Amino acid sequence: MYKPIEIADGIYSVGCRDWDIRDFHGYSTYEGTTYNAFLVLGEKNILIDTVKEKFGDELISNISRIIDPQKIDIVISNHTEMDHSGAIPKVLQTIGKDKPLYCSKMGAKNLKSHFNRDFNFKVVGSGDELKVGNRTISFLETRMLHWPDSMFTYLVEGGILFSSDAFGQHYAGDKFFDDEIGDEIIPHARKYYANILLHFSPRVQALLKDVTKMNLKLNMICPDHGIIWRDNPSKIIDCYDKWSKQEPTKKVVVIFDSMWDSTTKMARAITSGIESEDVHVRLMNTRKWHRSDIMTEIIDAGAIAVGSPTLNNSIFPVIADVMTYIKGLRPQNKIAAAFGSYGWSGEAVNILNKEFAEMKLDIIDEGVKVQYVPDENDLNRCFDLGVKIAKTLKERLA
Amino acid sequence: MSKYECVCGYVYDPANGDPDNGIAPGTAFENLPGDWVCPICGAAKDNFEKMD
Ligand SMILES: Cc1cc2nc3c(=O)[nH]c(=O)nc-3n(C[C@H](O)[C@H](O)[C@H](O)COP(=O)(O)O)c2cc1C
Ligand SMILES: [Fe+2]
Ligand SMILES: [Fe+2]
Ligand SMILES: [Zn+2]
Repeated sequence: MYKPIEIADGIYSVGCRDWDIRDFHGYSTYEGTTYNAFLVLGEKNILIDTVKEKFGDELISNISRIIDPQKIDIVISNHTEMDHSGAIPKVLQTIGKDKPLYCSKMGAKNLKSHFNRDFNFKVVGSGDELKVGNRTISFLETRMLHWPDSMFTYLVEGGILFSSDAFGQHYAGDKFFDDEIGDEIIPHARKYYANILLHFSPRVQALLKDVTKMNLKLNMICPDHGIIWRDNPSKIIDCYDKWSKQEPTKKVVVIFDSMWDSTTKMARAITSGIESEDVHVRLMNTRKWHRSDIMTEIIDAGAIAVGSPTLNNSIFPVIADVMTYIKGLRPQNKIAAAFGSYGWSGEAVNILNKEFAEMKLDIIDEGVKVQYVPDENDLNRCFDLGVKIAKTLKERLA
Repeated sequence: MSKYECVCGYVYDPANGDPDNGIAPGTAFENLPGDWVCPICGAAKDNFEKMD
């Protein structure tokens, strides 16, 4: 049970906490998450977003502690993904199946193809306003942040932005606001950005510029996951500005996997080389670190080094998993180098270089290949590669 | 020649084509190769809607 709290005059947070979830569509959620939904009372009562289907009853019961759910007049769906839309059928069944469902043009299409039925859609787009009593609700389409249907709902009086997944964090706890949790929440917001929004960074930049131009008063930002930004909403806006610029910093992430630890030895030597140049480094074994945590480390790195042994004429499957994932999130402005141990054919380093090229990373070395177990000379070559990566990075940042 | 809008909001304007992906200015949407995809989101041609 989630104690519905009044976040502003007549506005309640009525969503649900998912304390148990540890794998959110392939993203590790060590602290669970929340599905936030908001009840706005007034001349007409409005529900903004819902929760995952399995929390539908809990949502209804949360609402019941504030008003009779049948008194909800309008439902707004900011985003079709099922963590927010899953309980829409249940809600409509409870409040009246023909109650209006406000969403974007793509929202209407996507909701239809999720539930294979029709709804009483009221399609809205950027700039459209809904006036109910003394409240003005305006809409802003945010296509591809992070789905085609995504939009923001903004409450003009009070300056409250309901931002769907944007500015969210996968975090379930007994804190509801930024001022209650402090900076502890930032790594969660950063992980969310790195794994859900990074590849849409140019759109995030454009959105931030639009919002600045619109001169929106932002007293509160209510995302659909995690805590609400009320004390200092500009903090998360500034973070999004920083993350979406993808400016490289003096940091290298060394990512590797290994079967018999030869590539491990190489990775450690490269790491020592990087450290010897006073550049920050994270050494991440892909069977110890979740892909989503590796991604979170990559966003502010200026370089990545990836190591894989050759297995069956290819790269190691866990490295392929992580590389596919990184590639999809399109990190920019990074230098890259590959390394790996092999036995007889040794394709891995070449395959990694090809991947880097497709990702438009800047390959600064042909990479280090070692046959079987690295000897002292091989380890020195690896150390030197680490030095070269670090020095090149420092030159670029200078 | 009509403009077409992708699900992601990208607009294909035949006047501009998609030179980054080898599509010359002046190419009608109907004449884009079948394997052409949205340069922003990767969606295939059948995700586009004709604009009026
Ligand atoms: C984080 C995320 C990213 C997605 N990216 C894409 C994409 O790039 N292209 C696409 O066609 N669908 C994308 N989708 C939509 C999924 O493919 C779609 O929801 C699908 O129905 C999921 O199938 P499943 O239920 O078997 O997982 C994405 C979904 C999520 C959650
Ligand atoms: Fe989402
Ligand atoms: Fe979500
Ligand atoms: Zn598109």
